[in-house]
Amino acid sequence: MATQAHGMGHAVKRKEDARFIRGKGTYIDDIKLPGMLYLDIVRSPYAHARIKAIHSEKAVAIPGVLAVITGKDLDKYGLAWMPTLMSDRQMVLPIDTVLYQSQEVAAVLATERYIAADGVAAVEVEYEPLPVVVDPRKALEPGAPILRQDREHKSNHIWHWEVGDKAAADTAFREAAVKVKQDIYIPRIHVSSIETCGCIARWEPVEGKLTLWMTTQAPHAIRTVVALVAGHLGLAEHKIRVIAPDIGGGFGGKVPVYPGYVLAVAASVLTGKPVKWIEDRMENMQADSFARDYHITAELAAQKDGTLTALRVKTIADHGAFDAAANPSKFPAGLFSICTGSYDFKSAFAEVDGVYTNKPPGGIAYRCSFRVTEASYMIERMADIVAHELGMDPAEFRLKNFIPPEAFPYQSPLGWTYDSGNYQAALRKAMEKIGYADLRREQAEKRKRGELMGIGISSFTEIVGAGPSHTFDILGLKMFDSAEIRIHPTGKVVARFGTKSQGQGHETTYAQIIAHELGIPEDDIVVEEGDTDTAPYGLGTYASRSTPVAGAAGAMAARKIRDKARKIAAHLLEAHEDDLAWERGKFYVKGSPDRAKTIQEIAFAAYTNHPQGLEAGLEAVSYYDPPNLTFPFGSYICVVDIDNGTGEVKIRRFVAVDDCGNIINPMIVEGQIHGGLTMGLAPALYEEITYDEDGNIRGGSFMDYLLPTAVETPRWETDKTTTPSPHHPLGAKGVGESATVGAPAAIANAVIDALWHLGVRHLDIPITPWKVWKVLRERGVTE
Amino acid sequence: MIPAPFTYHRPKTLGAALRLLQTLGSVARVLAGGQSLLPMMKLRLAAPAHLIDIGRIAALRRIRAGGGRLRIGALATHSMIESVPAVRRWVPVLAETASTIGDLQVRNLGTMGGAAVHADPAADYPATLLALDAEFVLQGPDGARIVPASEFFQGLMATALRPDELLIEISLPTAQRVGAAYMKMPNPASGFALAGVAASVALDGDGRCRHVRVGITGVASAAYRARHVEQALLGQEPTDEVLAAASAAAADGVDASADLHASAEYRRHLARVLTRRALAAARDRRRSGKQGLPSS
Repeated sequence: MATQAHGMGHAVKRKEDARFIRGKGTYIDDIKLPGMLYLDIVRSPYAHARIKAIHSEKAVAIPGVLAVITGKDLDKYGLAWMPTLMSDRQMVLPIDTVLYQSQEVAAVLATERYIAADGVAAVEVEYEPLPVVVDPRKALEPGAPILRQDREHKSNHIWHWEVGDKAAADTAFREAAVKVKQDIYIPRIHVSSIETCGCIARWEPVEGKLTLWMTTQAPHAIRTVVALVAGHLGLAEHKIRVIAPDIGGGFGGKVPVYPGYVLAVAASVLTGKPVKWIEDRMENMQADSFARDYHITAELAAQKDGTLTALRVKTIADHGAFDAAANPSKFPAGLFSICTGSYDFKSAFAEVDGVYTNKPPGGIAYRCSFRVTEASYMIERMADIVAHELGMDPAEFRLKNFIPPEAFPYQSPLGWTYDSGNYQAALRKAMEKIGYADLRREQAEKRKRGELMGIGISSFTEIVGAGPSHTFDILGLKMFDSAEIRIHPTGKVVARFGTKSQGQGHETTYAQIIAHELGIPEDDIVVEEGDTDTAPYGLGTYASRSTPVAGAAGAMAARKIRDKARKIAAHLLEAHEDDLAWERGKFYVKGSPDRAKTIQEIAFAAYTNHPQGLEAGLEAVSYYDPPNLTFPFGSYICVVDIDNGTGEVKIRRFVAVDDCGNIINPMIVEGQIHGGLTMGLAPALYEEITYDEDGNIRGGSFMDYLLPTAVETPRWETDKTTTPSPHHPLGAKGVGESATVGAPAAIANAVIDALWHLGVRHLDIPITPWKVWKVLRERGVTE
Repeated sequence: MIPAPFTYHRPKTLGAALRLLQTLGSVARVLAGGQSLLPMMKLRLAAPAHLIDIGRIAALRRIRAGGGRLRIGALATHSMIESVPAVRRWVPVLAETASTIGDLQVRNLGTMGGAAVHADPAADYPATLLALDAEFVLQGPDGARIVPASEFFQGLMATALRPDELLIEISLPTAQRVGAAYMKMPNPASGFALAGVAASVALDGDGRCRHVRVGITGVASAAYRARHVEQALLGQEPTDEVLAAASAAAADGVDASADLHASAEYRRHLARVLTRRALAAARDRRRSGKQGLPSS
């Protein structure tokens, strides 16, 4: 057993893996309570329909089926609708109309999971199909069916959001020597966590207490939402306990509140028994956790020498039937305004319009901070298009237009202050690692022989760690985060955070932060999250905010403890506080290193021999309100070969140079990047959810939804540069999403680079073999 | 993902299984490895009232070589096909085909017999079984009958198997020295073939094609033999040019399928490209004597 404090920068093995590898994790579906009932959901086969009748007689006649709950039942308690995090509202169960296929229509409560499923099959619903709108552009046309009849505003338009100086951008475009314009569609995709969503609600009627075990990335916010939504039913926040146990992947899909959670709570209150609801895979893939779906029109203006001057972006955002994303309140399009990327634009203007369609709610922040993948993909595709149009090498073009290192902190034309960066260094490192010049020579030779090879670059800038309280809130809750550290008399530690790991390795990285600050070995530190009865209030884990916000809180709380420890050490050493020096793990008298007290000795004294006038104990809490976001970045280079017989794109090499500031655990960072790259590969080449004209989902199972596995995944070559964040207490930045954000453009750019000489300017992702073959055939170059 | 209620039967002998099949009739389904049937039941796309699990009939799992044939019991799993020495020695292309199916878990449970009877239009084996002139031994209440592969696969999930019969064995000729290869363009989600082509080639003393078989799956509603290609190559020296010219007919007269992942036109194109590539690999393997075995 290691007893060393490793601290920052060490590849400490993940503490949580002992239980995960041995199958000893505890996920929602591992929890079974005595007398527990099971809830299953009847879902709509239609994308838009009036419900004429729901016949539950046959279902209720099945032994073990206790009840069939409908929207009309919920309406009696004011629970047929619930608020979303985006100030919209969403049906828990419909009273008369369904708005998307797989929408919840009724809930069946039964004594066993299998009986509940039989009950669902026995419920008969009469529908009257209504006209369906699946294309958001058609939804905005006059005469389109209005989907949200519940709203006063009779339109499918949800909101308009814009940022930047339109007049300045328009002027720049009028004066520009070079202009390019491109429509870019970023398709709807699904997060597909290994664990689907689910919960157990236990209402204890005598105590009036609700315990909710739930697959949530933000347990504290959920507690408050439940209190606000169901307060009229007697649920008060001090009697609501939300527990997020081990979570098998979140990726943003476990931030929103889904109807199933509310139904389980309602059913538990109704019956006084614990009620479990777990989605099956098909429900998960067809009803919730959808992302992207951005129809972008982008324009770049540049001078003849390739200097970028202005950016204009217009986007239609398909949010499905309810705006149920989980962006910060003031950012309906998330942080899409990071779309000027790594480039020094003089002016920029971006606008987004949110639209309702007959699809499940979309727009969750799938491993992308908030809409940063959309922004980065757009700007990195556009950068390549301009470079190619100008006949410039895409690397040279980027190096010319990057924000220079001396310009940080950099004020972007769309309102962000980038904290730190050195984009040239990252790209140069990637070019050197992959042998960029040689690859370009090889490409030229192959092209002469008719072989298709492409090299794609993506030099992205991320924006993570929401966020400063002056700008960031969700439902009014400021987006700080928290840490509470308690040192026990024997020097062992329990530390609790307001975040919730879904696989990120918080139990290890947070322990390393505390070890770094206090010199207590990681093995002596237990990190707990996810229980609202014990952990301090925080906004949760998403948008790469855990290290930037809660990690900072951990460091600040540890420093408070160190301040108190100094006083105790002074007392023990009979020295003045100012005469003490800190060396990791102990205070000693300056000039007399032998006169020292370890943090463990100090902890013991805090409970056994604390100085007069000082409170006993050694613990601290910090609520950290970050002064700014952090802006990790990186440069990725991808090399592809295209099979002109089948249209297959083969990734030959992929080099990823990331910069996330100071690194806490390089092994975990590498793991995050490998996972993120694979999740960036997915939409580039494989994943897409589409709907037919009637709103039927296509690709709603793993038979058709092309989730890449280890088989499809190329070998990732990773490297790093280190540009610390100047405002984060540890100089760290978030990293969980960088690769998801940066990878798609590198792959798409590589494919287009291989085809540009054939007159191919853009292909929408996913770039499937069929799509490539069609282009090759049109150009007459297929086998 | 929870099946409708059903009654489960687990006969221990072939006779007992056949009797159950006769008694229960069309409301029963036979369960072998369950890799297709159970997902269909979980999605309630199939809801048989009775399930006859033949998994414990050990006799159906045997693989034997002799008398110029390799006889593979219907319950041999894909993993067995991939790894059993007799298969690798006598029909290496069948091992190669098995190695491309699904993932390891699927291959450990799924059976060749089950896959053949299920006759998914995009399954891998049918192409190879056609290219190898396989024979299917079908056992009914009145005894066994033998059906050649070219007559076994009849249409979309339709085979020559009668409702009261069980497929008990698939047998393959081993006497002829052929080179063979299976090439497929997989649907990356399911691993099934958007198009899959198995080619088998024997050469005469002058290096000309003495025997050619091309089996194609994934392209149409059932796997088929590309007879135009086969005939065009007989007696020809299989140069790259000759193979390319012959392969152009790989989808002639075929009603190709279209779905989310490939149009009919793309499938026909893939059939031609993969036919050429599979034939070239089969030729090279015959010439060199080196077969394309999966790692064991």
